[in-house]
Amino acid sequence: MVGVEQISVFLENKPGRLQHVTQKLGDAGVSIRAFVVAEAGEFGMIRVIVDNPVVALDTLRKEGFVCSRTEVLCVEIPDAPGELARLSLRLEKASVNIDYAYAFLTTTEKAIIVIKMDKTEEGLGALQGDYRILTAEEIQEL
Amino acid sequence: MFWQEDLETMARPDLEKLQLKRLRATVDRLVDSPFYGPVLRERGIGRSSIGNLGDLSSLPFTRKTDLRDSYPMGLMIANRRDLVRLHASSGTTGKPTVVFYTKKDIDVWSDMIARCMAMVGVIPDDVFQNIVGYGLFTGGLGFHYGAEKLGVLTVPSATGRTTLQIELMKDFHVNAVHSTPSYALHLAEVARSSGLDPAEDLDLRIGMFGAEFWSDNTRPRLEAALGVDAFDSYGLSEMYGPGVAFECEERNGLHVWEDIFIAEVIDPKTGEQVGEGEKGELVLTTLVRDAMPLLRYRTGDITRILATDRCSCGRTHIRLEKFLGRTDDMLKIRGVNVFPSQIEHILMDIPELSENYQIELETRGLMDEITVVSEIGKDAFTGEVSDLMNLRQGVESIFASKIGLRIRVRFVEPGTIERSTGKAKRIIDRRKEE
Repeated sequence: MVGVEQISVFLENKPGRLQHVTQKLGDAGVSIRAFVVAEAGEFGMIRVIVDNPVVALDTLRKEGFVCSRTEVLCVEIPDAPGELARLSLRLEKASVNIDYAYAFLTTTEKAIIVIKMDKTEEGLGALQGDYRILTAEEIQEL
Repeated sequence: MFWQEDLETMARPDLEKLQLKRLRATVDRLVDSPFYGPVLRERGIGRSSIGNLGDLSSLPFTRKTDLRDSYPMGLMIANRRDLVRLHASSGTTGKPTVVFYTKKDIDVWSDMIARCMAMVGVIPDDVFQNIVGYGLFTGGLGFHYGAEKLGVLTVPSATGRTTLQIELMKDFHVNAVHSTPSYALHLAEVARSSGLDPAEDLDLRIGMFGAEFWSDNTRPRLEAALGVDAFDSYGLSEMYGPGVAFECEERNGLHVWEDIFIAEVIDPKTGEQVGEGEKGELVLTTLVRDAMPLLRYRTGDITRILATDRCSCGRTHIRLEKFLGRTDDMLKIRGVNVFPSQIEHILMDIPELSENYQIELETRGLMDEITVVSEIGKDAFTGEVSDLMNLRQGVESIFASKIGLRIRVRFVEPGTIERSTGKAKRIIDRRKEE
């Protein structure tokens, strides 16, 4: 695996479900680095990048949640105007599609973009050298 | 294996001779009975009026309401002192329906069950766990007596206490189980969540599933979940209880015991027998019942006669097609008739969906809306919204083409739908009363 593991959890779109899943992760001592909620009417899902995916997945499955793992890249970019456009252009030139992406800020002047691509290896190739791609260990250290 | 081989494999002409003899004897006993007497006399039927089996159609139907209206003992014609047991089905409306048994009835019923169990391969060396309600419900004691008669070590675990059920199966190396299909799937789910795979870690070989209609597509799921061959069990308390008809090793139709019942399939609207092999309502006449003989009882269950020739298992008794449902269960949605079992059949064919589902009915505006609520399968979730949307659309279009009805599909999280230890609650009807 070239990227890091993102966990998606199926949730019904109704009050309390986000609370429930994040509470279980919190109780297990799992820290969420980034998340996004996707919704499609009556159901939705939360996608999370966590410090410890193994514990997170184990906890969620024991609690009966339906989850899956997806490989994503965590790319560090400067927290400055035009940087996301520059990153996107780089991927476009490599014919890599961004299926979805979300961002998180750290205490530094950098932002980290989580990107799900159709061709992760090619995407990595297009970005490597110019961008810092975070490893699972680095995510854990954040 | 046979339990009463001579009776189970009797040549058709002999079987019909036996039926005629027993039908005559039954009618003779009923001519002066309080319930049937007046109805039979009105139709000019007396002793020896029955010349051949075709005369059956001159006899009156008996309906569930007749049992209810004759509560508590109006249909019972044996000597009160000869009775040894009663069973009753819960009356959701009005009085319960009660059935009575003499010692002879219990013997016949136990033989029926013993035949069924032997037919699917249960042997006296086996250990059998009977995971259905004991008490007024016929499933528990009925199977229990039959299993004992067959000589099988029987674990009367009844329902509930799911973890204990699994422990018993493991510790006593249980080979055969009897339960509702929905509770069996729940048991397997609970076992797996505690790290035990029933298919691998238990000695189960045979699963007998009844009291709910289940579809052919549910069979591979039951078999994979428990590591058994799954057999369909049909019965109703009005006809002793379970054991009336049962699948043999062929699992292509259920043999109905024709030395004990005469089976007819009728058009529920006209009451006429349907053409050969056509679908209709099963009507049963008891042939040897002591305490409570019933003529042409309208079961309300929809099936058809699949085969009347000798089965490859050797039995001559006719085979009924796996039941579609009960006429009462039929849903009428925007003019389309649909049985819940048809919906289940489609759902169970889609591997991404779990066994847990419910059918919700609502009124929106002036229209009835039907929604299938399905727990998303654990292995099917890819994490992509589009995959779920495609799955939903796929299921909805299968419903549209196979049932001819727009049925909405809603995915819910696992564990959302209430689990039952007996008959699963599949229909949530929130339609406004007219």
